[in-house]
Amino acid sequence: MTTPHTAPPAAAAAVPETPVAAKPSLLHMDPAARRVRRTELWLLLLAMAMVAGYLAAVEANMLDTVTMDFWYPAGVLTAVFLALHVVIRLRAPFADPVLVPTVALLNGLGVAFLRRLDLGRAKIDDRPELAIFAGDGGKQLLWTLIAVTGAMALLWFVRDHREVSKYAWTLGLAGIVLVLLPAVLPGSVSEVNGAKLWIRFGSFFAIQPGEFAKLMLLAFFAYYLVRKREVLALASRRFLGIDFPRGRDLGPVIVVWALSLLVLVFEKDLGTSLLYFGMFVVTLYVATERVSWLIIGLVLFFGGAVLAYVLAGAVGGPFTNFGQRVEIWLDPFAEPYDRGYQLVQSMLGLGTGGMFGTGPGAGNPLLVPEVRNDFIFAGMGEEVGLFGLTAMLALYLLVVSRGLRAALAVRDSFGKLLAGGLAFTLALQVFVIIGGVSKLIPLTGQTTPFLSAGGSSLVANWLLVALLLRISDAARTPASTGGVRR
Amino acid sequence: MNAPLRRVGVVVMVLFGLLFANLNWVQAYKGNDYRTSPYNGRVQIDEYDRQRGYIMVSNPGSKPIALSTATNGNLNYLRSYPGGAAYAHVIGYKPVNGTATGVEQLENDFLSGTSDKLFADRLRDIFTGSHTAGGNVTLTLSKTAQDTAYEQLAKNKLGAKSGAVVALDPNTGAILAMASFPSFDPNPLVAHDSKAAEAYKRLEGQAGNPLLNRALQETYPPASTFKVLVSAAALSANRNPDTPLQAGPGYQAPGTTHVIKNATSSTCPQEQMTLKEALTVSCNTAFARLGVELGSQRLNDTARAFGFYDNSLRVGNLSATDRGLRVEESVLGPLTTSSGGDDKPNIAISSIGLNEVRVTPLQNAMVAAAIANDCSQMRPYLVERLVGPDLTTGLYSAAPKELRRSCTASEAAQLREMMVSVVENGTGKKAQISGYVVGGKTGTGTADEEANAGSDGWFIGFAMKDGRPVAAVAVILDDAGKGGSGEAARIAGLVMKGVIEDKGGK
Repeated sequence: MTTPHTAPPAAAAAVPETPVAAKPSLLHMDPAARRVRRTELWLLLLAMAMVAGYLAAVEANMLDTVTMDFWYPAGVLTAVFLALHVVIRLRAPFADPVLVPTVALLNGLGVAFLRRLDLGRAKIDDRPELAIFAGDGGKQLLWTLIAVTGAMALLWFVRDHREVSKYAWTLGLAGIVLVLLPAVLPGSVSEVNGAKLWIRFGSFFAIQPGEFAKLMLLAFFAYYLVRKREVLALASRRFLGIDFPRGRDLGPVIVVWALSLLVLVFEKDLGTSLLYFGMFVVTLYVATERVSWLIIGLVLFFGGAVLAYVLAGAVGGPFTNFGQRVEIWLDPFAEPYDRGYQLVQSMLGLGTGGMFGTGPGAGNPLLVPEVRNDFIFAGMGEEVGLFGLTAMLALYLLVVSRGLRAALAVRDSFGKLLAGGLAFTLALQVFVIIGGVSKLIPLTGQTTPFLSAGGSSLVANWLLVALLLRISDAARTPASTGGVRR
Repeated sequence: MNAPLRRVGVVVMVLFGLLFANLNWVQAYKGNDYRTSPYNGRVQIDEYDRQRGYIMVSNPGSKPIALSTATNGNLNYLRSYPGGAAYAHVIGYKPVNGTATGVEQLENDFLSGTSDKLFADRLRDIFTGSHTAGGNVTLTLSKTAQDTAYEQLAKNKLGAKSGAVVALDPNTGAILAMASFPSFDPNPLVAHDSKAAEAYKRLEGQAGNPLLNRALQETYPPASTFKVLVSAAALSANRNPDTPLQAGPGYQAPGTTHVIKNATSSTCPQEQMTLKEALTVSCNTAFARLGVELGSQRLNDTARAFGFYDNSLRVGNLSATDRGLRVEESVLGPLTTSSGGDDKPNIAISSIGLNEVRVTPLQNAMVAAAIANDCSQMRPYLVERLVGPDLTTGLYSAAPKELRRSCTASEAAQLREMMVSVVENGTGKKAQISGYVVGGKTGTGTADEEANAGSDGWFIGFAMKDGRPVAAVAVILDDAGKGGSGEAARIAGLVMKGVIEDKGGK
């Protein structure tokens, strides 16, 4: 393949003292790309300044002083993200400049908040000496390093998003295996807090294969649907003014529906199930432009969920966990110290935060169980308040909207489906977990993208961002700058 | 494919709109409910963020009997009560969950530092960022008297399983000792973990109800100590200590076949004796007959004048008399028939403190205190001083208040003379204190008269020095058996000695 990033003569003229380079170089960029990347750089530095500010506020509240070392985590993060920035300059110079700073800010706030939790758990005398890589915050910092390296590798080696489609069947198969793996493994290896989502290696290292399966399945869906869209879009029957597909074309959707229900029942996880199914139905809809698929999907999913709830009451067995979750959701205060404890504490934390929050480090987020994972948004809500959480929702919305924008702008169908699917999946995951911890929908164990402690989620979501960067670069590269776009 | 992608964008907006609306509901609309919810552990954490003040006894320089020490846990301070069971009913306890009791509840605002009196400290905290401790409370309790009272109750020589002691300063109404037995160790109840609830459950189920403050909340038949009140009623009806009364081995009230007898056949077999002699030997027949002669109206009036039928009495801080530790109402029971006339058989038995006459130990101590203080009955109280967190700034000092006039000064002097005779010549000799004039009255419910109150041992009395009252006391040993009133008199003497010791022998 030809590299699209050979510096054009126009760029060379802008930097006359340097000879024309044959290879991609930081010094020989298209002026438009240079502007875009400069925006990214400043936004990134602003984001890191905000993370440093958060860290300083945490120390001021928890140590009654700000140590000289308060900025270390922000410094490490800045270095990591600057490296990513350089890779983007080299490999995706036209990529959307808002994506990385926004995600970096969320990631940085997550690290800062996890470090704040570590400080809360440490003895008061030990707090000023908390090492930078200690505890959950330090681990998250290391994972960020790994995750961003992964994103850089993806950007470096995958020069064109369409290359991904070559491995679509392999990825699809691997995705299904990863989804089903925890379900078939014994509970001692795969079960954490009632949800079988994990593969544990020893006592301290565990991965959530579902996080990666999400990306693989999506790549497969996008490939499959681009090829089958004409067939699936064929109308056969009109009912109530809506065109419904032929019965024999329902095959794939039934397979995915069954897969998601299997996840629901055997991995005891409504969130992941909803995520896979929603992901599939929406890419199907985008591919075919047929509303009927949305309706079929919604009916199937909610029908399945209601059926599972009814079965939980009637049969019990594998459905019990789901039934309990629905009951807790309906009235968490019925058993405030027992089954409802997590959700009750989450609500109390959010409520205590109120409009403006107690300030970073000034609340008691450690009263919320699992605050480092599922309930991190509630934990932060106590300290940053409704205003802070709204700002964070806006950050997520920004990432999603930039993803959808890349989907709209990119020229190939596979890219559109992939970017649209990735953006929507991220939005849906945010909805499922934040809706869960704030009692909008029944709570299910999902990670909060870029915030929750945990390597799998962080690595997978940074890969998602890298894919969006890659697609947005393809979408924004002007046709005139010589980028040979196939 | 762009049209459906835009619609997906709309769906995302709707999903995020729902999240935003729901967060508004949870954080803004319901925020206050959740912030103050009883399930919200932050309420306690805030409360324990500031060091709670000390509670101290009146003795200068003595160690606090309630204090908070810093912890490494979630809650910053742990309350402890070095005084243990002896002070438990007065101080109460401040549990992490649930309401405080005793002085901990009464002065909660001041101890926790939220009181308006500590506004200046709070204001300074805002600027300095420090957490100044709450205020400190000094009680009226005299340490030696209180320790003696509880110790003697717990180790009484008769093995009585419950009882109470109240000692008052007749001049002021200050409560110098208030002990209830059995008691409890309040320390486990303020633990920060679930052991507190377990400890409470254990105490609640324990025989003898150790959580009950018998000094204020339990009523007993006063038995013969009630003869002091009948004597007061007699003096107010133009009798005097030398007025001859008809005594004898038995008395049958009009309208009944029941014969009231004396404790022993040798108590007052003679046909006639003076009021003073009758009180000195505790002659049942003379007082039963005297009560019937005086009538229900006069007995009721006198009882009210000494504090009976006062259901609004609270003991605590004199600046807020509507708050404080609740005191059970003391009553005489029915003395009239349904037609309104005197129910003479009932009056006869009631006049020797049985039937349905019921008093709290505090009420009985207040009778003795009023008599010692020329019948000026002072309002009893527990909080002597409120001191700022620096332990020097005085923010409140009790100003004693007269509660009521119980009789005239000359009647009080006559009653004192008669009660001194009881301790010097009669049934209360064990209460004597050398160098002090001690007066009092014993009481023993005898099985003959009242099966239920079988054998409570009572003593009420006072100690005087140079014509001024030093202390008044009431002691009851519940179900003490034979010799109960003698043991009560002995304990009363020791408690009053404790008061004298703490006052430096004055």
